[in-house]
Amino acid sequence: MLSPSTTNVRFAGIGGTGVIKASDILADVVFRLGHETKKAEVHGMSQRGGSVQSDVRFGTEVHSPMIPDGTCDFLVVMDLTQIEVVRAGLRAAGTLITPADIDTVKLPSAKSLNVAMLGRLSRHFDFPVDVWLASLRAHFAEKLHAANDQAFALGRG
Amino acid sequence: MQPSQDQSGRLLLSGNEAVALAALHCGVALGTGYPGTPSTEILESFSALGGRAQWAPNEKVAAEVALGAAFAKARVLCTMKHVGLNVAADVLFTMTYSGVDGGYVLIVADDPGMASSQNEQDSRRYAEAAVAPMFEPADSQEAYDLLRVAYETSERWNIPVLFRMTTRVCHSKSPVKPRFARGAALTAADTGAPTPDFVRNIAARVMVPGHAKPAHRRLRAKMAEMENWNNAGTSNRVERRDNALGIIVAGISYHHVREAAPSASILKLGMTYPLPMQLIREFAASVQRCVVIEENDPWLAAACRAAGILVDAKDDNVFRFGEFSVDRVKRILARDSSPEPVPPRGKPPELCNGCPHRSSFEVMKDLNCIVAGDIGCYTLAALPPLAAMDMMIDMGAAVGMGLGLRHVLPREQAKRVVSVIGDSTFLHGGLPGLVEMAYNPPDTGHVLIILDNGTTAMTGQQEHPGTGRQLDGDGTYKVSYEDMARAAGVKNVITLNPIREKARFAEVLAEALRKDELSVIIARSPCILSAGRIVAWEKEQKEKALAAAAIAADDTPTAGCGCGCDCKG
Repeated sequence: MLSPSTTNVRFAGIGGTGVIKASDILADVVFRLGHETKKAEVHGMSQRGGSVQSDVRFGTEVHSPMIPDGTCDFLVVMDLTQIEVVRAGLRAAGTLITPADIDTVKLPSAKSLNVAMLGRLSRHFDFPVDVWLASLRAHFAEKLHAANDQAFALGRG
Repeated sequence: MQPSQDQSGRLLLSGNEAVALAALHCGVALGTGYPGTPSTEILESFSALGGRAQWAPNEKVAAEVALGAAFAKARVLCTMKHVGLNVAADVLFTMTYSGVDGGYVLIVADDPGMASSQNEQDSRRYAEAAVAPMFEPADSQEAYDLLRVAYETSERWNIPVLFRMTTRVCHSKSPVKPRFARGAALTAADTGAPTPDFVRNIAARVMVPGHAKPAHRRLRAKMAEMENWNNAGTSNRVERRDNALGIIVAGISYHHVREAAPSASILKLGMTYPLPMQLIREFAASVQRCVVIEENDPWLAAACRAAGILVDAKDDNVFRFGEFSVDRVKRILARDSSPEPVPPRGKPPELCNGCPHRSSFEVMKDLNCIVAGDIGCYTLAALPPLAAMDMMIDMGAAVGMGLGLRHVLPREQAKRVVSVIGDSTFLHGGLPGLVEMAYNPPDTGHVLIILDNGTTAMTGQQEHPGTGRQLDGDGTYKVSYEDMARAAGVKNVITLNPIREKARFAEVLAEALRKDELSVIIARSPCILSAGRIVAWEKEQKEKALAAAAIAADDTPTAGCGCGCDCKG
């Protein structure tokens, strides 16, 4: 069976909420830190506001890039309307992270919600904060760096 | 953005990015294709890496441009989605006869489960039907490694090679160890690419019957040789574990199998045409139960059974439909055909707020049009609440279907028929329909609406011959739909903005429907997702033109020495 150290994180939301970007950043962080990493997404219709999901799996050994049913350790849902659509993917003891976990009025911009959600997710891992921040910088234009640092700190708390 | 890199120099790449990097490292001289999910990012990545990549108006033209390059002994890459290969099938079926001189790899990206397609056709049948060797990578590393094997195979047997990817291989990211370091300057010795050169060989390349008859025999002989080579080849491997269960698998399903049945022995195929039948026979005989795991068609299972090899396979009543997952592979192995859990319905995609297509379809809906539609973002107008498109089948079909409706419907219905097609789709497959419209006009006339949003929006805003920009953003000739419609023989050609001139659009369309004449209406307003980018590009071009004019003015010799220098003497 899969090594128990394999971690399954699913990001979900609707097109335009930063689902794919957030999953790219997590995959980047864990890969830089030396984990075996795979990431699966379906895009093509996402820009048209439809439901989007993106899976990140990492650990000592990862086979399928897609998370099997009901085995998500973390489910990060960017849009409140999508929670019930994806909730069944979460394992019994898994962690659900939603915008309700973020003090959204303090976000530097509505667009930075996905970064704040990553900050919230980061609490559950002992990855160095500077690796997260470096990855955020690599994924966004320079003018957004300060706001992203702020959003990440808000989520991480 | 640079891809993520780990400490051992591996890169985290999508299958599409891995193929693009491999193409660079194989010295591919030209990449050509037509955008189509999930294949689109291959050429975009190849261009971003510094490769020469260009969009063709459609897949057939791309495959023909690639063929010319391969006749000239260059390595060439041609990319398309599965339905694109239908368009390019004409050239495929005969270029396997003619063969090629430089390596020719045609990437075809299938979409099991139809994440973004109109069907889930299985391209493996093309390999068999057109007699083209086929490789199928399972992940990004294999996509990278097998592309080189595909070029070497193409050059060794002088034959175009199909390289089948699927949505999950194209769009999943996994680690890749490349042959060369990032940014390394590569020589021809590094890449192994031949130097382009033309050598006349009329008998091989002019496929008249007298040449094609021996070519067909040569092709079958090549296949027999390749099958022997594939039996012993390195593209396939046997992973020996418990012999109670053996699984034959290729592509992404390999990874689902590893997780669903970790103790099973596996024959993992990398080259799936011609199949290594001897290897398959030996593997099947070495295990107690041998199961073929394959998405969509029972192609591999049927080939094994036709060769007299006893294999178990999925229940096609259930598992022929949709893509696989670890859970579905477990069910197949357990022979469980009970109803599968149905995931809750997500939010369907819809036309963006402010999208010009919304406005256009509201006009057609108000006039109770019968709409022969086509493929693009605007197909979303078929969904509620608009529900304003009556048919969509393939690229360019809007024109022909609309004409067919007009030819046979009673007059009062025929007068409501319009054909609606997007700009990129019109250039891809609609042009012959335009010619047909003028050649065989219905008695009631016809109305063709070209929705020109200035981009190939659905696949992620790619350029095309109507945007005036090439794949890498360089300016080029911009075709005129108005001129083409007039040249084809259409009497009424009207251009308008469907948002700013919505009322006029309604009047113009009502008038066109009243007349028993041919009309082409070009509804022009940029895609709101690319409008900013287009405006910025146009501004930059204007500034460049002004700067160039200023330099030219400076260079003009003024009165003086006449030498053209700056001495003004």
